[in-house]
Amino acid sequence: MSKKSSEKLISKNDVRVDGRKLNELRPVKLEVGVLANADGSAYIEQGKNKILAAVYGPKELHPKHLALPDRALLHCRYHMAPFSVQERKSPAPSRREIELSKVIREALEPSIFAEYYPRTSIDVFIEVLQADGGTRCAGITVASLALADAGIPMRDLVSACAAGKVEDHLLLDLTDTEDKEGEADMPLAFMPNFNAITLLQMDGKLTSDEFEQAVNMAVEGCKQVYALQKEALKAKYVVKEAVEE
Amino acid sequence: MNIPAMVVRVRQKRIAELISHGKRLDERGLNEYRNIQLEVGVIERAEGSARIRLGKTEVMVGVKIETGEPFPDVPNEGVLTVNAELVPLASPTFEPGPPDENSIELARIVDRGIRESKAIATEKLCVTPQKKVFVVFVDVYVLNHDGNLIDASAMAALAALLNTKMFNYEVKNDEIQVKPGYTQLPVVNHPIAVTFAKINDKIVVDPWLEEEQVMDARITITMDKDGKVCAVQKGGYGYFSKEQILEAAKIAKEKSEELRKIVMKS
Amino acid sequence: MINLSTYYEKRQLVLPGDLLAEGDYIAGDNTYKEGDKIYATRIGLVDYENRKIYVVALKSFYIPSVGDTVIGKVVEVSLSSWTVDINAPYLATLRASDVLDRPFKPRKDELPSIFDVNDLIIAKIVSYDRTCDPLLTVREPGLGKISRGQIIEITPTKIPRVIGRKGSMVNMIKDETGCQISIGQNGLILVNGKTPEDERIAIMAIRKIEEEAHTSGLTDRIREMIRRKKEE
Repeated sequence: MSKKSSEKLISKNDVRVDGRKLNELRPVKLEVGVLANADGSAYIEQGKNKILAAVYGPKELHPKHLALPDRALLHCRYHMAPFSVQERKSPAPSRREIELSKVIREALEPSIFAEYYPRTSIDVFIEVLQADGGTRCAGITVASLALADAGIPMRDLVSACAAGKVEDHLLLDLTDTEDKEGEADMPLAFMPNFNAITLLQMDGKLTSDEFEQAVNMAVEGCKQVYALQKEALKAKYVVKEAVEE
Repeated sequence: MNIPAMVVRVRQKRIAELISHGKRLDERGLNEYRNIQLEVGVIERAEGSARIRLGKTEVMVGVKIETGEPFPDVPNEGVLTVNAELVPLASPTFEPGPPDENSIELARIVDRGIRESKAIATEKLCVTPQKKVFVVFVDVYVLNHDGNLIDASAMAALAALLNTKMFNYEVKNDEIQVKPGYTQLPVVNHPIAVTFAKINDKIVVDPWLEEEQVMDARITITMDKDGKVCAVQKGGYGYFSKEQILEAAKIAKEKSEELRKIVMKS
Repeated sequence: MINLSTYYEKRQLVLPGDLLAEGDYIAGDNTYKEGDKIYATRIGLVDYENRKIYVVALKSFYIPSVGDTVIGKVVEVSLSSWTVDINAPYLATLRASDVLDRPFKPRKDELPSIFDVNDLIIAKIVSYDRTCDPLLTVREPGLGKISRGQIIEITPTKIPRVIGRKGSMVNMIKDETGCQISIGQNGLILVNGKTPEDERIAIMAIRKIEEEAHTSGLTDRIREMIRRKKEE
């Protein structure tokens, strides 16, 4: 395994390079309703990640033969800005972005009542402005808020968080360095009302026991993210509620 | 697929009902794979090849080895690249054109299994450090789609890699000089993918096409020869409970050992 | 043992996925029932009516309903119909046969002279279901092309508040400002006053209603605001 630096990523008392404990999320800042033109939008900062999500729709889908007769079609585009990563990335969609667009769409789909809007499309755009590991999870978290902001009826919010293994320790919310130098990275998305895992991917090596522990850890991480999402939605609308009754 | 082939609704209901009672339309058990036939060395021009029939799903994998530049962060290691083609002749739903999200996902899942299990000893594929290494091209060619392309492709890819022979060579002045004889590609781990479909809240192994069309979601768990999980991918518009995922992981361990035996025998 | 519990007070802010109640309740607008649990589907204020639990959405879009009066913009003219944008996920259709009294004879230049692209019209929805786009009519009095006045757009869920109980709010605004006001259920409102100043005051009143829709004593406050503005 190639390591760029000889410094350890986790100290003897289980403290990570950025000072976090093993099961601690990076600091998260969420804001809802940030773009004027989109029907719904939201912005997240999680550690060094900066990601914007926008939702357009439901609107009639053209060409008509692509529309579904009994439900809305969810389109999702996960895209990284050329300046979001260390080495400039070409603006053309990479194979990774195409795969992530698919799995993110599949993570959000169970949460919306698509069957209420036949023959329409709901478009979700996720733009990664700055990346530092865990962008698909942060992207799902912020896209779910954008869907709520657009007034699209949902069964629940979808929260996402990754667990992984670095230097033989299982931990939560890996940075890019922890992912690259670690032994495993496992993004997971969760819908709490249904105890539903809507996204799960893993690459690396984990024993069956470690896999189980990591899944449990990631689900707990998602629950923390869920609480932050709800706070962010309240923050946007509670001001209006505060006017005298 | 994005636009599924039409499965008569009555039949869909039947499939789902049977599964609630622990049975499948083709009379398999919930944890049973279809009949597997695996042949290797079917394409002489390729350095390695394999052809698998998993039920009626048919996939061919060819391995070609060329030279190229290494990745800057691993300058002394060979390169692996996996590509998948869902050729139009394999299914009425496959259209000609550049790879779509389904073929990209398939390629990346197969790639992850091989890469994360470190199946290929890439450190042995260095010609001139930082300048020249061997590039292993694994091309997955789907010939007939009748469900579970992932497991079929992963098994065929492993079999093709095990079948791959490289010419013997000597490096003189940064140039490769071919010597007589061949050596097997150094394959040191044997990843096997096991895919499950969730139908009516039950999980079944190795879904065939019609089961894929009624399933809520699928999950693929790839395990290496030591029983370690090296890749996981959930797909489809539905979801799994945590308990279902952990149950699938248990079954995957058993199934991957069975399938591995089949690959190693060929 | 039957568990009958509600978890929020009336008019409290709820979010998608919030558990509103458990037990023998009925799922009203912007909620859904799973087993015996009722959850909110949108951001809004929860309310109760006997056994029915519903949410007044703070943000939603207009879904066409038969009988609704809507204000729309013509976006396309074809041989025998107009396509109208009514600010909904679906475009609406107005057939030529609805407008012309006599049997329709297709002549390419006839339709644009009645309504052309970018014209605004007030219409009523005569039919709409899951399988086809909404169909409009302009046959009733008060419907047809809009030739003067100002249009403002508010979120459709606030329209009932602008109308008021039995029209009390909108009638008050009409009386106080002397404006004609036509309300589209799709969130668009036409204000037609004798002077631009009258229109401006009416529009200000409507915007204020949109902001404070969930408060009480609104009609009186708006009336006072209008009177104050008129004196300025």
